[in-house]
Amino acid sequence: MVLGALLSGWRRAPLQLVTLLAGLALATALWAGVQAINAEARASYDAAAATLGEGRFDQIVAADGGAIPRETYVALRRAGWLVSPVIEGRRDGVRVVGLDPLTAPGGLGPVDLDEGEVGAFLSEAGAVYGRADALAALGDVAPAKVVAPEVAPGTVLTDLRVAARLLPEAGIGRLIVADVQPLGRPALEEVAPGLSLRSAQGAADVGRLTDSFHLNLTAFGALAFVVGIFIVHGAIGLAFEERRPVIRTLRALGVPLGPLMAVIGAELVVLALVAGAVGLALGYLIAAALLPDVAATLGGLYGAEVAGSLSFRPGWALAGLGMTLVGTAVAGGGALLALARMPVLAAARPRAWAMAGGRRRARQTAGGLALLVLAALVLWRGGGLVAGFAGLGALMLGGALMLPPLLDLALAAGARTARRPVADWFWADSRQQLPGLSLALMALLLAMAANVGVSTMVSSFRVTFERFLDQRLFADLYVQAEDGEQAARIEAVAVAAGAEVLPRVGVEATLAGQPGEVLAARESAAFEANWRFLDAAPEPWAGVWAGEGVLVNEQLARRSGLGPGDRLEVVEGTGLPILGVYGDYGNPVGQAVVGEALFRQLYPEAEATQFGISGADPGALAEGLTSQAGLPAGAITDQAAAKRFSLAVFERTFSVTGALNVLTLAVAGFAMLMSLLTLAGMRLPQLAPVWALGLTRARLGRLDLVRAVMLAAFTAVLAIPLGLALAWVLLAVINVEAFGWRLPMILFPWDYVRLVLLALVAGGLAALWPAWRLARTPPAVLLKVFSGER
Amino acid sequence: MRGRRAFLARLAALSVLVPVRAAAQGFAGLATEAEGFTLPRPDPTFSFPADHGPHHDFRIEWWYVTANLKGPDGTPYGVQWTLFRSALAPAEAEGWDSPQVWFGHAALTTPERHFATERYARGGIGQAGVTAEPFAAWIDEWHLQGETLSDVAMAATGPDFGYDLALVAEGPLVFHGEGGFSVKSDAGQASYYYSQPFYRAEGRLLLPSGTVEVTGRAWLDREWSSQPLEETQEGWDWFSLHFESGERLMLYRLRESGGGAYTAATWIAADGTAEAVPDGYATAEPLESGEVAGRQVPLVWRLRWPERGLDVVTRPVNPNAWMGLTIPYWEGPVSVEGSHDGRGYLEMTGYE
Repeated sequence: MVLGALLSGWRRAPLQLVTLLAGLALATALWAGVQAINAEARASYDAAAATLGEGRFDQIVAADGGAIPRETYVALRRAGWLVSPVIEGRRDGVRVVGLDPLTAPGGLGPVDLDEGEVGAFLSEAGAVYGRADALAALGDVAPAKVVAPEVAPGTVLTDLRVAARLLPEAGIGRLIVADVQPLGRPALEEVAPGLSLRSAQGAADVGRLTDSFHLNLTAFGALAFVVGIFIVHGAIGLAFEERRPVIRTLRALGVPLGPLMAVIGAELVVLALVAGAVGLALGYLIAAALLPDVAATLGGLYGAEVAGSLSFRPGWALAGLGMTLVGTAVAGGGALLALARMPVLAAARPRAWAMAGGRRRARQTAGGLALLVLAALVLWRGGGLVAGFAGLGALMLGGALMLPPLLDLALAAGARTARRPVADWFWADSRQQLPGLSLALMALLLAMAANVGVSTMVSSFRVTFERFLDQRLFADLYVQAEDGEQAARIEAVAVAAGAEVLPRVGVEATLAGQPGEVLAARESAAFEANWRFLDAAPEPWAGVWAGEGVLVNEQLARRSGLGPGDRLEVVEGTGLPILGVYGDYGNPVGQAVVGEALFRQLYPEAEATQFGISGADPGALAEGLTSQAGLPAGAITDQAAAKRFSLAVFERTFSVTGALNVLTLAVAGFAMLMSLLTLAGMRLPQLAPVWALGLTRARLGRLDLVRAVMLAAFTAVLAIPLGLALAWVLLAVINVEAFGWRLPMILFPWDYVRLVLLALVAGGLAALWPAWRLARTPPAVLLKVFSGER
Repeated sequence: MRGRRAFLARLAALSVLVPVRAAAQGFAGLATEAEGFTLPRPDPTFSFPADHGPHHDFRIEWWYVTANLKGPDGTPYGVQWTLFRSALAPAEAEGWDSPQVWFGHAALTTPERHFATERYARGGIGQAGVTAEPFAAWIDEWHLQGETLSDVAMAATGPDFGYDLALVAEGPLVFHGEGGFSVKSDAGQASYYYSQPFYRAEGRLLLPSGTVEVTGRAWLDREWSSQPLEETQEGWDWFSLHFESGERLMLYRLRESGGGAYTAATWIAADGTAEAVPDGYATAEPLESGEVAGRQVPLVWRLRWPERGLDVVTRPVNPNAWMGLTIPYWEGPVSVEGSHDGRGYLEMTGYE
């Protein structure tokens, strides 16, 4: 009976029910979608760590980046170094990893020595282990294919011997170093000069980078969740206010407060679970749609392999539902508490609730200012990615809280311009409605600001990146050789044709205590003409050609705190002054450039297999390379194609944020629609006298439409500075922490104009239906206002 | 008693080779068919030093050394050094394609502590192997090597212990069973099995507390086979004892799943003259069990060989000599009292 009485409230106000459910479902959907993507990516990293040891164990690699001879491996073992060889490479687009199960550190690989499965791994036939799609892509290469879902995506594992057969060119690429080593080992360089030990920390750096990407996604998910909860908060608050008469009646009939509260609480839980389930389904769809792009991003930007398809994880669903419940509790807790404290005979005042006045606004203003100050403090004094995001959160929330007082000021200013009674009423009525609309407008503000901020960041990044590509990709052709012999032929053919050849040769190295790479630059006017420095000594190239200095990328400079004039130890004992710092966007590791002569001296073993070649007639040159150097056409890329490819990687990187942006904006538009619909019913007592004074219903409807568009326009205008502040934090704080480079901020006024127009359209669309309904309100309904119905 | 190592080895070998460890297949699946592998035949003719080297056409093989040592203060220590070879196919090949798998166990026992560690290696690349002349057996940095088998250096290290000993043989090789053809069951399973029980040992131990100079006696077992266990044999208890009289005893007891046992023994006189007996002459009887690594293991044994006037009780130097490795078993030094006093080594497998 009690339940029936309560549920009848929803029957009378289906709109509220829809708002509540849709708000919760949308909030859950975006949050859960992002979490599903993160969970899938983490599972992929874990699989990589578990089956390949990446990020878990130290590794030994050849200093020149080449293969490690088998004899060197055996020499290390016989000296007491517990290392395990890995042969890896690509075949048919699949990463083939050959492990030695006998020496691999415990738990590595798909088989367990304890379980005896290692027999199958080592058996004559040679089994390969991987996910079904990777095995299928590999083709018919091994007699036994074993589906092993725990193997990292896009990867197959097999015995070293099978890998050596599948990858005839590859030698031992790295040695995994066991955590526990015997006593009395000699130093690495005593046993195997030319090898270098790379701590597990190196791989963890990629982990840190991907973490920042996921944190980014999570921040977006949280923002959408907060916007959704704003909607729910409004819906629940209003619904409860309208229920006061029912509750008053029930209490007066003798229903005790405790059970009543329990029933209402249970009702909210049920609604939350229903909405949560719908949200989870939506979230799953969103995640499944976005995941391929996320996977491409992580692969392209960080080299981390992530599965392109989504698997369902019960833990994820439970966490999502939990978030829905928490959100519902946050959104409805206050209203529930107010009901509990209500005097038994208090009257329902839904309108008063919606319009709650001055005191709350003052509190909001104070809170908003406090948050903005906090944001400034955190961003100014704090360090690290988490502080960056915390500052971002405070900035956004503070900005949102400041919106209603600012709008109120704007409306008050507007009212002073009014010369005619209708205009006067319009401004006054707008101010009256502001509190009821403020939650929706705040949601719109957040969505708009996020849009402005992220699009500014992405566009700034794009412009910088394109300029960077122009600087870097100045050769006409880019050529990939298979081995040193072919490389020599390429150089000979190109030089004979009068072209300039710039080899790209580099080695992995430890720079300022961190993994990085050292590249060689061949003396060429093209470098001097094209490269731009962020900071440099005078005439940096002259010093590089003379072997008297080194150039470093921004990442290395920032992480090590070194700049022009400081010395960098390129190899042990060889310290060189830094002559310049260059931007190096899209590269996660530190990099140093030295002159070719010095490079040859430091790393005589390193061979160039990539070349940039410039000549008078690139077409003829490419033809010559194919016919005379025996180069397959696929190994030659022209400049335009190289740029296209780089930009494509870039575009995919940000397609995810773009999609999330649009979704957030849609949620905000929805919030606005729901608020307007809710308010429409309550405004009749205000509108009826105006109508009675002679304004037609159609005119009233038009005025409402205008008001909505005007409020959206104010909000949009206020969103631009907030969005630009957001962009600045993203570019100057978050990017530096996450990627190691700072991007110049470039403004795109036309984008902002477009966004403002978009906001006007959203506001107008949201107001269209309520306004149309108002214009169609039967006069009898308006007349009832005067008959004392309310 | 390294014979038991044999088992051990097989068991190890099998666990490397066989996916399923069914009870019906005996301990660790040692009792499997020997497709393509050579089987031991009676009346063997050994050829040395070649037979000190590997026999790739047999499925399993080991070089098994135990040493009973004493520190300057009389503290008893025990050391184990073992290299096993286990073949996936009866052949050898150069490089990654070798079907030979090697693994080693090293242990060091003090009255208070027991250290054990293991290594695995693939054949064909030189990470592990054995050469007969000059003699060298190795896996990683562990080695047992010298000009001949009579004069070898033996060393191994783990994360928290190590040892480095010189072993000099003071007597001849001893052949078990019938001239080195050692029968393991009534059904005829057998292996080739000989020992060098006369090593004098000297060297140092590396312990967390520091280095200890030690002297003592060591015993090498050599055994190879392709199918050494009966399906119903679950494990073994294997003794190698040095008596103060200069005599030595090897005794192994293969346990049947029904509760019975097959016990064989070799009596070795101080001059190396040996008498080997099949089941029915000597007995080993557990007197006391204790909990070791979460399982009941017989720790005190009574050994009898009435015709030799032998009636002794063995007690472990350290009851917790559990080898918690990929293939777990108990192995450690024991003291011997009774009709003959002395010390020795005991290996017990199949107590899982």
